[in-house]
Amino acid sequence: MTTIDTYYTPTHLMAVTAAKVLKDNKSVFVGTGLPMIAAMFAQRTHAPNLLLIFEAGSIGPQMKTLPISVGDSRTGYRAISISTMHDNMSFSQAGWTDYGFLGGAELDKYGNLNTTYIGESWENPKVRLPGSGGGNDVASLSHSFIIIIRQSKRNFVEKVTFITSPGYLDGPGARERAGLPKNSGPIKVITQLGTYGFDEKTKLIKLETIHPGISIEDIRNNCGFDIIIPDNVPTTSIPTRKDVQLLRELDPSGMAIGR
Amino acid sequence: MKILEEGTGELVGWHDPDENREWMAKRSRAIVDKQMSLSDAVSKYVTDGDVIAMGGFGHIRVSMAAIFEMIRQKKKNLTMLGKTGVHDIDIMIGGGIISKVEVAYCFGHEMRGLSKCGRNAVESGRVKVISEISNAGHQWRFLGGMMGVPFVPTRTMLGSDTLRKSSAKVVEDPWTKKPICLIPSCNPDIVFIHVPRADKFGNCQFDGYVVEDFEIARAARKLVITTEKIIDNEEIRDKPWKTLIPGFFVDAVVEVKYGSHPCNMPGQYYFDEVAISEWLDMSKTDEGLKLWLDKYVYGVSNFEEYLELVGGVEKMKYLYELEHYRAELKAPWLDKKLGGKK
Repeated sequence: MTTIDTYYTPTHLMAVTAAKVLKDNKSVFVGTGLPMIAAMFAQRTHAPNLLLIFEAGSIGPQMKTLPISVGDSRTGYRAISISTMHDNMSFSQAGWTDYGFLGGAELDKYGNLNTTYIGESWENPKVRLPGSGGGNDVASLSHSFIIIIRQSKRNFVEKVTFITSPGYLDGPGARERAGLPKNSGPIKVITQLGTYGFDEKTKLIKLETIHPGISIEDIRNNCGFDIIIPDNVPTTSIPTRKDVQLLRELDPSGMAIGR
Repeated sequence: MKILEEGTGELVGWHDPDENREWMAKRSRAIVDKQMSLSDAVSKYVTDGDVIAMGGFGHIRVSMAAIFEMIRQKKKNLTMLGKTGVHDIDIMIGGGIISKVEVAYCFGHEMRGLSKCGRNAVESGRVKVISEISNAGHQWRFLGGMMGVPFVPTRTMLGSDTLRKSSAKVVEDPWTKKPICLIPSCNPDIVFIHVPRADKFGNCQFDGYVVEDFEIARAARKLVITTEKIIDNEEIRDKPWKTLIPGFFVDAVVEVKYGSHPCNMPGQYYFDEVAISEWLDMSKTDEGLKLWLDKYVYGVSNFEEYLELVGGVEKMKYLYELEHYRAELKAPWLDKKLGGKK
């Protein structure tokens, strides 16, 4: 992998790229960390009317700085309402949430996410992870969702150890067969190497853009399955210096984007 | 209704609605002074083996004072409803009072990363995860408990392993004929909720950030309130629309100023990341954990003495300023993660 000596880091690129997916006048259900920064960034740039929703109750905030938790008081800064989990989860179920925004520990070719455990069995995990949290709800109840994750051969896998949050499960039509809302599911995956979408027919993850300085070989070497790579993959556009400055303003202590 | 799938997770905190109605029927509606000491409230209302839920959101508006007191009194074999368990469940596990957990979110500290203490306990088998669920799923368990119905139909968790390890069932919806997930209701044996203010009768008012306490308070079979401040009943009656937990749901009310430290009390104090970092560091090993418990829990007789140890009034003033964006966040865990770069 070639490293580029530049003013931005892979994390900056991931955050700004993710932000660009979010359209103005849409609603987004936000998880801890990079998803928060990306949503805040979108709101400060191209999507001033982006409606942010948090599982602990905040609706429509214009946050000043990055919260530590999806429930802390920073999530309520200049909000239009501080409601309840029941309300925010219910109106998502009723169809009001356009995008979900999630991270994860393991991702598979159908966009299923694992945040529950790594190891031989659920009963005796090698590494116990936090579990679903609001992740499953966001993946189940939003019209679409976006995943931000660092990829490697170890965590980009053929099949996740445990489907904590549903992607396309085992392929086309599986979500609907399981009873999940119609026409929902993951639409984008953003990693430190590239951005991915899902093939319309097969629902398999496929490369869409590749970050500057990254080769197709890097993508393959950091993927645990045979991933779809179309011909002529465009390069991801890079953040501007101004973008990086804004990220630093939103996360002055460097919790999500580093220092 | 045809059952299509059944989760294999252990069902905890579920009661036949008729049995639960009988329990609620026996509880007092009398308007009486429910104030008592925290030590009395914990010894009177927490029974070993209880199914417990903590109000707030894991590290936001959590009754830390109640947690410290349960550990001091060596309560044991509690089953925790880990509906976003963060700092609360971590300390409870470290303090040895939890043996089983239903997990929506546990063993993690959001931006701070994973909790070594909680993970160690699960990976070594000291604490058993008995079922999985999602946050909305957990919250809807309490909604069902509050409504007095056996389950709540939802469209979450379908198709996932989270559902397979939960105590929910999937049936064919008689109207749409599509699969629907039935989440079993839950009436926890004991619930602690920390609120900004309450009167002596237990009427509680909030300043937002209710999360799921509206439902949990009503689903609870025993409910103990800790409050930043006791206010006069006239203040409650002056703004009754602010009352989200009427006093008749409440068994005991205890005034504990700063009772959620080191967690975030919205509007009043932000996280004490210095204290949380100390916990995260020390609780990594059994020796460190023991030192921490000896110093902050067993070495003091109440929460006020604990607050003195972590910096007293000066510290709380700083956390008030931090809450209002007028001070800089000091977070040793973050400095460590970023290699001290500034």
